Amino acid sequence: MHRPMIALVAALFTALPVAAEETPLPTVSHFMLENGLELVVIPDRRAPVVTHMVWYRTGAADDPAGQSGVAHFLEHLMFKGTAKYPAGTLESKVNELGGETNAFTNADVTVYFQTVPPDALAEMMDIEADRMRNLVLAPEVIDSERAVVLDERRQRVDSQPRTILSEAVNATLYQNHPYRIPVIGWEHEIETLSREDALAFYDRFYAPNNALVIVAGDVDAEAVKAMAETTYGKVERGPDLPPRHRPEEPAATTSRTVTLEDARVSLPNFARSWLVPSYRQAENGEAEALDVLSAILSDGPQSRLYQALVVKTGMAAQVGAAYGGSALDDGTFTLYGVPRPGNTLDDLEKAVATEVDELIANGISEAELERVKTRFIRSTIFAQDDQSAMAQTYGTWLTTERSVEDVALWPDRIRAVTPEQVKAVAVKYLRPAVAVTGYLLPPAAETKP
Amino acid sequence: MIAIFKNTRRALPALVAPLLALALALPAQAEVAFKSITSPGGIEAWMVEDYTVPIVTIGFAFEGGAAQDPTDKVGLATLMSSLFDEGAGDLDSDAFQIKLDEAGLEMGFSANFDYFAGFARMLTDQKDDATNLLALAVNEPRFDQSAIDRMRDQILAGLAARKQDPGYAAGRLWNETLFGNHPYARPLEGTEASLKTITADDLRQFHKDIFARKTLKVGIVGALDEAAAGKMIDAIFSKLPAEPKLAEIPPAPLSFGQEVAVDYPLPQTSINLAYPGVVETDPDYFPAFVMTEMLAGGSLLSELNVEVREKRGLSYGVSGGLVNLAEAEALTIGTSTRPDQANEAIEVMRTTLAKMAADGPDPAALERTKRYLVGAYPINQLRSSVAIATTMVSQQIEGLPLDYVVERQQSIEAVTAEQVQAVAKRIFEAEPSVLIVGPGAKEEDAAK
Repeated sequence: MHRPMIALVAALFTALPVAAEETPLPTVSHFMLENGLELVVIPDRRAPVVTHMVWYRTGAADDPAGQSGVAHFLEHLMFKGTAKYPAGTLESKVNELGGETNAFTNADVTVYFQTVPPDALAEMMDIEADRMRNLVLAPEVIDSERAVVLDERRQRVDSQPRTILSEAVNATLYQNHPYRIPVIGWEHEIETLSREDALAFYDRFYAPNNALVIVAGDVDAEAVKAMAETTYGKVERGPDLPPRHRPEEPAATTSRTVTLEDARVSLPNFARSWLVPSYRQAENGEAEALDVLSAILSDGPQSRLYQALVVKTGMAAQVGAAYGGSALDDGTFTLYGVPRPGNTLDDLEKAVATEVDELIANGISEAELERVKTRFIRSTIFAQDDQSAMAQTYGTWLTTERSVEDVALWPDRIRAVTPEQVKAVAVKYLRPAVAVTGYLLPPAAETKP
Repeated sequence: MIAIFKNTRRALPALVAPLLALALALPAQAEVAFKSITSPGGIEAWMVEDYTVPIVTIGFAFEGGAAQDPTDKVGLATLMSSLFDEGAGDLDSDAFQIKLDEAGLEMGFSANFDYFAGFARMLTDQKDDATNLLALAVNEPRFDQSAIDRMRDQILAGLAARKQDPGYAAGRLWNETLFGNHPYARPLEGTEASLKTITADDLRQFHKDIFARKTLKVGIVGALDEAAAGKMIDAIFSKLPAEPKLAEIPPAPLSFGQEVAVDYPLPQTSINLAYPGVVETDPDYFPAFVMTEMLAGGSLLSELNVEVREKRGLSYGVSGGLVNLAEAEALTIGTSTRPDQANEAIEVMRTTLAKMAADGPDPAALERTKRYLVGAYPINQLRSSVAIATTMVSQQIEGLPLDYVVERQQSIEAVTAEQVQAVAKRIFEAEPSVLIVGPGAKEEDAAK
């Protein structure tokens, strides 16, 4: 993240892939320029606002070994200007228009965006097209920006026991894939990142044929295409990049635990995770089934975990499940809980496991399945109300080898999920023998509740 | 974190952020025009008719929030806000939640210090069922003991979880330092002791006192015409009592020149400054609004971000804003830095503020900031139905006209460098209150 406005996106923990199209479909246009740049236009004519995003198909999981954090460091440095648009020009132009500009990095993508009045779109495209290849990095900006990133790391990770633990859980859950390394980088490696490291990453990955541009808002698709051709279209195509094959995970064979005791913790919690297929990897509707499984367990006050452990026994203060399926490579499934004071963490963990066992033993009812499906499909209609969320959805899907058609077909694929499939993914993936569990505990000397 | 002053602009619910934005729809392009309607039952509301997406979004607010909590029952408003989907009318918690799902109604309630707000959205083709359920929740919440106990337990667990959190403790201390005995000093979520005293009768009484037509403000956006909107408003609100019963909340004079230090071994030291604010009716309000954005707005071009982050790499960012509650106002600024740089960061911040008072604003930066504030209205306030409904409710709470955007633009454009400098003098000549949380934090450091 270039500056503190929205959360650094950890690909591994992104939420459900909400937002797909349901009737009535806005007409989404999809173009490819001659230099290989992909362009998607999502019209939304309600207010004089347009969201413009450039998605580079590279992220922290592409950081070279020993240079963790370089994708994110480069994201910061991308605001240092070009010969045509010196540092501060973009911010200043966007600011004068009342707009917003920022960026984020996750494990798979690096994204730059602006929200501006439609009149300013062509200029935004020109600025983004220019900094795609013409970044100028004066040596003197490097040290101070690195200090900013180190402060960002201290603020986002090192200041909270929860984030310190989750970094360590990730490094345990993934044993070989670079998703084990934090997006922002390890502190000791951030300290060594150089101008040359950032520029090498830039030269390798920033090119039109590795970029996706999304424009959502009060615009006409043909006009946007014409603007794109006179801006992005002038940037020379880069060398073809090899397929995005990162080191793969070995088969998991052990269960592991990661524990952090911290004086700031007074109520313990646990989070138990597994590697599962992401939408990109999944076959036979398993990703949709995992989404449904997560919703049945924990979406809303009628969900199974909430009813059993918050309402009936009252042993949980919080309990839930989450499927992270939007990554390019392996996704995650997590069950978590916080006991109510007076209950032990161990009992709650067992009770959550019992609920999963019960679902596996007896399956789910058609009625609860229908309720969850209806809710997912409704969410896709509500999502159309928010142009930046729509842009975000298309960006995520199209950078993980899915298509505009896939977005439109998602409600049908959710409708097709059967009770047997939900049970099957629970049996197949939520195996205690290979789970990784993180425990956040009060200091050992204190009495645990 | 109860610190209403931490990261002010985002932490405060939009409904109380009074003037943070309004707009100018550019004529050649899409336009969003608010209109005022009166329902057959005589309830006034603002609406925007829009058929792009088949949904209806409704926002509403009643005067009277957590500042109305009785002294020994702090947390009452917050607890009440968690109970509207826990049963209403003849429907118990389970039955109500299943119906909610079937009717495709999404709703949420929240309380800040001054207002009790609600929000709902529904699909057009299920509008009638959804409206009936929302009406039931608004008029006849059950407040069953089992639901009260469950929600209270969840809030208590949240308090227990934060018992050793230095950030939470510091926030409490900060608000108590600034507000003294005023209700604004109290935690919105209540305390362990106060929550335990709240009964179902307290909740029923509070609901009866607050949910009244006289102070109700409504904004509706979506695929329906005026007649349908009027009918919906009457179905939801016409049976509420006419008059609320509100306790008088006195003005909250803030304490400035106070130093609060919390010594805790953290990797970063956080710094918060609070200066006197400016009330919206003060002629200095718009100059102060523009000045605050110049100094501490979200942009990297803000003076404090330039000095602290861009030039010196001392922090990931500095943020700040004007806080305007119904009975209090302040200007707050916050940042985090490496502990050994905390004194330097405070020094740089205070020097930057003093410079604004001594030399006034850079003319180019002033013009840019004014253009930003004018242009930000459509981008922030009209970008979704939720944003539009919230904006319409806020504007009504503030007593602003339908076309306030025009007046607002004129007020911003009229701000001069001299006015900005004068208000900077007025505000920054005061000694701020300072909160420092970090390893070895000492009150003397804050006092510099």
